[in-house]
Amino acid sequence: MLSKRIIACLDVRNGQVVKGVNFEGLRSAGDPAALARRYNAEGIDELVILDITATIEARQALGDTIRRVARELFIPLAVGGGIRSEADAGAAVDAGADKVSLNTAALANPALITTLADRYGSQAVVVAIDAKTEGDRFAVFARSGRHAADRDAVDWAREAEARGAGEILLTSIDRDGTKRGFDCELTAAVSRAVSIPVIASGGAGTLDDFVEVFTAGRADAALAASIFHDAETSVRALKEHLRARRIPVRLC
Amino acid sequence: MSAASAIALIDYGAGNLTSVRKALAALGADVLVPAQPADLADARGVIVPGVGHFGATARLQGAWTDAILARVGEGRPLLGICLGMQWLYESSDEAPDVPGLGLFSGNCYKLRADAVKVPHVGWNDLHIDHPSSILDGVADRSQVYFTHSYVAPATNDTAATTDHGARFAAVVQRGHVAGVQFHPEKSGEVGLQILRNFLAMAG
Repeated sequence: MLSKRIIACLDVRNGQVVKGVNFEGLRSAGDPAALARRYNAEGIDELVILDITATIEARQALGDTIRRVARELFIPLAVGGGIRSEADAGAAVDAGADKVSLNTAALANPALITTLADRYGSQAVVVAIDAKTEGDRFAVFARSGRHAADRDAVDWAREAEARGAGEILLTSIDRDGTKRGFDCELTAAVSRAVSIPVIASGGAGTLDDFVEVFTAGRADAALAASIFHDAETSVRALKEHLRARRIPVRLC
Repeated sequence: MSAASAIALIDYGAGNLTSVRKALAALGADVLVPAQPADLADARGVIVPGVGHFGATARLQGAWTDAILARVGEGRPLLGICLGMQWLYESSDEAPDVPGLGLFSGNCYKLRADAVKVPHVGWNDLHIDHPSSILDGVADRSQVYFTHSYVAPATNDTAATTDHGARFAAVVQRGHVAGVQFHPEKSGEVGLQILRNFLAMAG
């Protein structure tokens, strides 16, 4: 049976892992390669490196970070943040990324999804959607959650799939960094609308939050950062908790 | 290092080779990406990777196919990964006009999305049906990383199956020709063990 994936996100700025609360107030959480090694030993299923500064200088540092992490890890590695063009995606792939995650660039230029899917395959193209509940809809935001994109998350996910995206990385801006649990309503709405996998992100605080997002939220994978970085729980403890509740996971 | 000791990794424009290269390098293998079929002459083993559309394998027809079959005829091991495994069969519904290599019988077909999501993306179990050298040291129910929509049918040559809506061939092997539907280069220690087994077959 297909396992539910647990994905660790390394938010990286200038080669160091940081994690924000509601996209602001960043604090440092360590060396990316060291963290990646620890997660891999604990049985993480996949890693995402998210470059949260994405200036030109930082992007070169990012290439080095990708290479350092990819050299010793033989699990899927996705890279996002500041990927605006085919060339940016190519640089990430050449450095060792298996998948690139597009957010603002996909909203500004949806054809980029198709260009990258044609070049690297749909499995290599993740469309990241940052969304916030507004009344009875889920509003999409660009530029690290600062800019309303005037799109509905469910519609945008459908369009991204049609254009060749292989996965959706769905972040709840309301929950991000709060540890109040995933937004299961948002996640289930998007997961029902597409046949590609949906990775839920934002709000993981307790082990039961993951149980909830894999059942009520219909997520195919769940992504978390601070819950692992701060060593509040290990990947292994989380997976044992999920398995005890009959959620299929990879234990190794 | 001479090409005689290298594993040939075939680049036919179907996806990126970086990950497979890296994994083989981590296991100490020399890897050669041949620019032309003649460069395959001294390879001690051949790997056909690939993701994406079966139609891309059309580029392997003719001289590449001849060179690969010549190596197989000399007893050199061949490993197909993902789309590369599907190419070892006779055909695929994904591109009915493009013939496969036909070393294994059967037609590749799309997974049904009735009760499960397709594409099949993520870690899933290997159900090992019978012992094979490519799975040496790999425990039954080990998990490996898949990302695909089309599959090869389970036949007598199938060494392991995986269930996603229905059972399909996850590992196939006959003699020194093997295929894996998943990505050993992305499947952690289990995947590295499978690549080690292939390198052992290549001597």
